[in-house]
Amino acid sequence: MRVTGLRKSFGNHEVLKGIDLQVTPGEVVCVIGPSGSGKSTLLRCVNLLEKPTSGTVELLGVDITDPDADIDKVRAHVGMVFQAFNLFPHKTVLGNLTLAQVKVLGRSREEAEEVAMRNLRHVGLADRATAYPAQLSGGQQQRVAIARSLSMDPRLMLFDEPTSSLDPELVGDVLAVMRDLAAEGMTMLVVTHEMAFAREVSHRVIFMDDGAIVEQGPAAQVIGSPRTARAKLFLHRVLHPTEIAEAELGETEPIDPVLDREEWEELHGS
Amino acid sequence: MSQQSARGFEDLDLRPSGRLSPRKRARVTRGVQYVVLLAAVAAILASVNWTLMREKIFTLEAIRNAAPNIPHAFGNTLLYTLGAFGVSLTLGTVLALMKLSSVKVYRWLATAYIEFFRGLPALLIVFAVAYGLPMTLGVRIPSLFLKAAIALGVVSSAYMAESLRAGIQAVPKGQVEAARSLGMTHSKALIHVVFPQAIRIVLPPVTNEIILLTKDTSLVYVAGMTLAEWELSKLARESLAEPVGGLTALFAIGALYLVITLPLGFVVRRLEKSFGKAKA
Ligand SMILES: Nc1ncnc2c1ncn2[C@@H]1O[C@H](COP(=O)(O)OP(=O)(O)O)[C@@H](O)[C@H]1O
Ligand SMILES: [Mg+2]
Repeated sequence: MRVTGLRKSFGNHEVLKGIDLQVTPGEVVCVIGPSGSGKSTLLRCVNLLEKPTSGTVELLGVDITDPDADIDKVRAHVGMVFQAFNLFPHKTVLGNLTLAQVKVLGRSREEAEEVAMRNLRHVGLADRATAYPAQLSGGQQQRVAIARSLSMDPRLMLFDEPTSSLDPELVGDVLAVMRDLAAEGMTMLVVTHEMAFAREVSHRVIFMDDGAIVEQGPAAQVIGSPRTARAKLFLHRVLHPTEIAEAELGETEPIDPVLDREEWEELHGS
Repeated sequence: MSQQSARGFEDLDLRPSGRLSPRKRARVTRGVQYVVLLAAVAAILASVNWTLMREKIFTLEAIRNAAPNIPHAFGNTLLYTLGAFGVSLTLGTVLALMKLSSVKVYRWLATAYIEFFRGLPALLIVFAVAYGLPMTLGVRIPSLFLKAAIALGVVSSAYMAESLRAGIQAVPKGQVEAARSLGMTHSKALIHVVFPQAIRIVLPPVTNEIILLTKDTSLVYVAGMTLAEWELSKLARESLAEPVGGLTALFAIGALYLVITLPLGFVVRRLEKSFGKAKA
């Protein structure tokens, strides 16, 4: 995966201000940074859920920003795991895992189910194949979502804060699955606030702020001894949330700037 | 942080202030409401002339006169409703997809259609289809069934489109994104992920639309119909012209409409309740 000069604006609000990023096969890259810094937007631009304003995105050797590229073919082999899971509520766990295999890859039902069961075993949920998503805990749903992506034989996995909407005691199961994946050599780009995971698993950590990559390097360096003041402040706040002095409050940008009218309309349609 | 003395509650006055506590007051108010209701019912019952009432709305002879026509009139009401519903659902789906299209002209056309037909009385459209089309375009629609289905369906589709669009849009955006990121095309995502979920959401409003259509079939008689084409309202009108029975036939036929619409209303409420639960 290679991103060059990526810019993205919503209305006149520039969210990504020229991102250059390359992830080589087998590499695990973690993206950290304050809320609103554009991490999600970056991930969504990578598989074109969001159309970049300018710049190029090359995925699995295909320039998908080229209008002639078949984005669906590429996407089929790029897994995406969302903060909100986004399982299909009208399908069973097995149905969630087989749908795209059959409709996109053209696998037979039997083959798709075999692949699905293998991946469910992988995430430790083979016994829940006939359950509906609403019957599962958040942690189980997220593992099903990962298994759903894995069933498509992905060559790159994108994770957008996969554990951020989970109860604390369920985070570990999901991280364990991701750790396994990394150990098996899966190429991964992970937006996360789990610093321990980033330290332990990633080959490289990227600190983003205000739509740009501010700092990057090995986890030990970026998380352990950040060079820039912005990264230092961010990490202090994440790692020691109870130590924020009253005097420091309001020192940083508000977390979610109020949308101006144009952005609001873009979000909600007119 | 400096140590502060803990704050208690002794300084608050929490005793009830009026003569009656709020709960007692509510009980008295409820009692008054029941008394008013009973008085009103008693007054109505006392003021009605029961013999006259019985003669005007419950004369067996009038029902007997209308009886031979009731089965096919009832059947035709159902038939016209179904025909109109078919047209409404088909057109409504097309319009809803046009409204959601990324092509501006489609969106604009659909909006124009919807606003136009929502603003006109259905009766006018029945006239237009039955008399306007043959006079202006020379288009003669062969059967009353088709006239009813087209006229009522065209009007209903404007409402149907809005319900369907709302249902499709109520499916969370993340669902399409998940489907697309698995490599599904836009239409595959619609067919396999969005529509199955939208159907649950639109079932109540769509069932409501069937109820409205059932009642609107009472407008079709203005297109002119043969005895075999009568529906319930036409039968009621003809029965009113009979010398005996007064409004009896009207009441009987009103009851037949309810036989169709009440169960549908029941279904709507059940659906709304069960989907409310499934949301969790
Ligand atoms: N669809 C959108 N329309 C308008 N503004 C958006 C949209 N998506 C994201 N934004 C804005 O872009 C900025 C970055 O958002 P995001 O990428 O979600 O940040 P992060 O994931 O780092 O918290 C935020 O200010 C957000 O309000
Ligand atoms: Mg985000």
